Amino acid sequence: MKSLSRYRKHRYASPLLLVFALFMIGTTFSVASASTKESVNFARSAAIDEGKQIFLKGCSSCHGLNAEGGKIAPSLIGVGAASVDFQVGTGRMPMADMTVQAMRKKPAYTAEEVAALAVYVASLAPGPAIPGDEILTYERDGNTAQGGELFRTNCAMCHNFAGQGGALSQGKFAPTLMGVEPKEIYEALITGPQSMPVFSDKIITPAEKLSIIKWIKAAEVEPSLGGAALGRVGPVTEGLLIWTLGLGLLIGIAVWLATKAR
Amino acid sequence: MTSRQKTAASVANYVDERTGAAAWMKKNLTKVFPDHWSFMLGEVALYSFIILLLSGTFLSLWFDPSQREVLYQGDYQPLSGIKMSAAYASTLHISFDIRGGLLMRQIHHWAALLFMAAIVAHLLRVFFTGAFRKPREFNWIIGVGLLTLGIVEGFLGYSLPDDLLSGTGIRIAEAIIQALPVVGSYLSFFAFGGAFPGEAFIPRIFTVHVLLLPGIFLALITVHLMLVWYQKHTQYPGPGRTEKNVVGYPLMPIYMAKAGGFFFIVFGITAFLSAVASINPIWLYGPYTPGQISAGSQPDWYMGWLDGLVRMAPPIETHAFGHTISWNILIPGLIVPGILFTGMALYPFIESWLTGDKREHHLLDRPRNAPNRTALGAMSLTFILVTLLNGGNDIVATHFSLTINQIMWFSRFGILILPPIAFVITKRLCLSLQRADRDVVLHGVESGTLLRLPTGEFVEVHTPLTAEQSWTLTQHEQRPALELPEEDNHGVARGKVLRNKLRSRMSRAAVEEVTKPNSDDMKEIEGH
Repeated sequence: MKSLSRYRKHRYASPLLLVFALFMIGTTFSVASASTKESVNFARSAAIDEGKQIFLKGCSSCHGLNAEGGKIAPSLIGVGAASVDFQVGTGRMPMADMTVQAMRKKPAYTAEEVAALAVYVASLAPGPAIPGDEILTYERDGNTAQGGELFRTNCAMCHNFAGQGGALSQGKFAPTLMGVEPKEIYEALITGPQSMPVFSDKIITPAEKLSIIKWIKAAEVEPSLGGAALGRVGPVTEGLLIWTLGLGLLIGIAVWLATKAR
Repeated sequence: MTSRQKTAASVANYVDERTGAAAWMKKNLTKVFPDHWSFMLGEVALYSFIILLLSGTFLSLWFDPSQREVLYQGDYQPLSGIKMSAAYASTLHISFDIRGGLLMRQIHHWAALLFMAAIVAHLLRVFFTGAFRKPREFNWIIGVGLLTLGIVEGFLGYSLPDDLLSGTGIRIAEAIIQALPVVGSYLSFFAFGGAFPGEAFIPRIFTVHVLLLPGIFLALITVHLMLVWYQKHTQYPGPGRTEKNVVGYPLMPIYMAKAGGFFFIVFGITAFLSAVASINPIWLYGPYTPGQISAGSQPDWYMGWLDGLVRMAPPIETHAFGHTISWNILIPGLIVPGILFTGMALYPFIESWLTGDKREHHLLDRPRNAPNRTALGAMSLTFILVTLLNGGNDIVATHFSLTINQIMWFSRFGILILPPIAFVITKRLCLSLQRADRDVVLHGVESGTLLRLPTGEFVEVHTPLTAEQSWTLTQHEQRPALELPEEDNHGVARGKVLRNKLRSRMSRAAVEEVTKPNSDDMKEIEGH
């Protein structure tokens, strides 16, 4: 080592060492970082694979082996993770009955399986992503009154003034919005499930979407201020009540009043 | 005489010397009215009207009938900062800031629904018992007028808050006005002071709702009651009851107490409903703007039949000479209601024309003894029920897992097919009931006691009816059909052949009946 130490004070020693050190750091970093990326890629492809397996078993008979769609089901290429999360996460897919529209029911897959399916479908082509908590800040950023105005303009025509749902043609219907998760409302807005149109961010901005969600959530917990709400469906139940309970009670009393005292 | 009686006597004397009221009161306070629960349906309508006047006056103290645009700054947060009309804002103010305001609004609205329901129930009682016959035809027409005005008054009333639902109703009214050929669009511009919605209609309908129509109501109701007073009340048939007497109790004290008490019961039940059941929650509907609409928009029930008719109309339009005629609105919105209400108003005259019965009637018919009329009533009710069902087709669809299209097609055919079926079934039922009456009169009531004869035969003992019961079941008259000879005394064919043929046929149908038992029948079965 004497020979090496001899060059210790060589005038090129410092620059060379610097270059060497830089090289080592760079190599270590690149090796280390490459291995993380590798593992992320690995996990992602594993999820895609898992999602694909689930897809092949549960969905492909209608949507096609490569999600390209078929005679009875649309292509899923480009529908995005949000769409999968909404349709499968709320139990609408797989459909139990294809006659009218997909019904909300107990989900057939666990949350992990839904996530895997979403990753798989998202990997086919870019599409709307699942809105995370960092987007769904409706409690902080939403404006209830503005949301109500937007709701009445864009949503009430199908979902009724209080979000109770309403009838569409041929037995289709807009479901009630009471008890629907904010994430699901947001996903429905950006993906337009069933008969619902897509409300893109250009038509209703993300901030406005949050306002709508805030209004729906407020309507959900709003106490019935005037007494029993009667379903919040308008005058039909009111008319029914006056003819049954109202006039019924009064006729009963009239019969009693006209009965001869014995 | 105690000192209290003395004071009362001197007060009464003081009043009588100046007004001469004693003789009038003596006569009228002892006026006799017959007793039956169905005679109290009209009372329910009258008392609801009084409740409407009282609660409506309360509401008018704070309601601002103006379409001036305001920015809502009130207590209801979900509408905070929203632009709306002063009418809507003041209704929110009444609902949330005025003490008892929401209760009063709900009392007013429930009383309105009850008012209309009681009118219809009263009308059905009058129709099915034949109480509209001479001399009460005018009162029947006044009643039909009150029903019609009630529909209009109710519609204008729930339009006043200027919420999303009521504005939708006004928009449909505008469409119906516009459907009138030629004059429609001009009338619409006249009514709204320009293009819809404008800023004129709330102040205008306010005046009509709180001044004009209540005034007409008061006048018509007064005449309605004065005629009841003057013509005396009808009564159900029974022993001792004739066309020339009234069997019942005097006004004072029995009906003073009954009717007075019943008013408070009606008020109490209306207030109870208003306290426990929400009606027209306008804060949920939001303010009206023509660009918005809610799924399941419905009118109040008394307009529902009209909505149902419009909803089932097929889309038919004609274009001629630069005009569009929207038959799909014109027929269900104006022509059919016009025929219905004209027919209803003229019914007493139609019936007396085809039965040829021009005499006074103060004894009511048991509905089974007028099968044709009862069947016609059932037919009309079926018609209205089909339209009502279709008026709520979207609510029915979602709540009973049906489709709007199924209900619409059911209604389109049902409106034509079901009423005649109801007519036939009801008529048969009436005739069967007449037959049952006949059997009971002739053979008595099955007593449930079995008797074994010496021969071993078992027979059930029948208890004969009392004379009073038999009277009630057989007192009605059975008139022959009209005889309209086709030639007059000189052998010349009478004019109006078709009309007379029609009249004869309808008359024959009207008198179709099971012959009621008479004393000969009774004699014949004696010893059987």
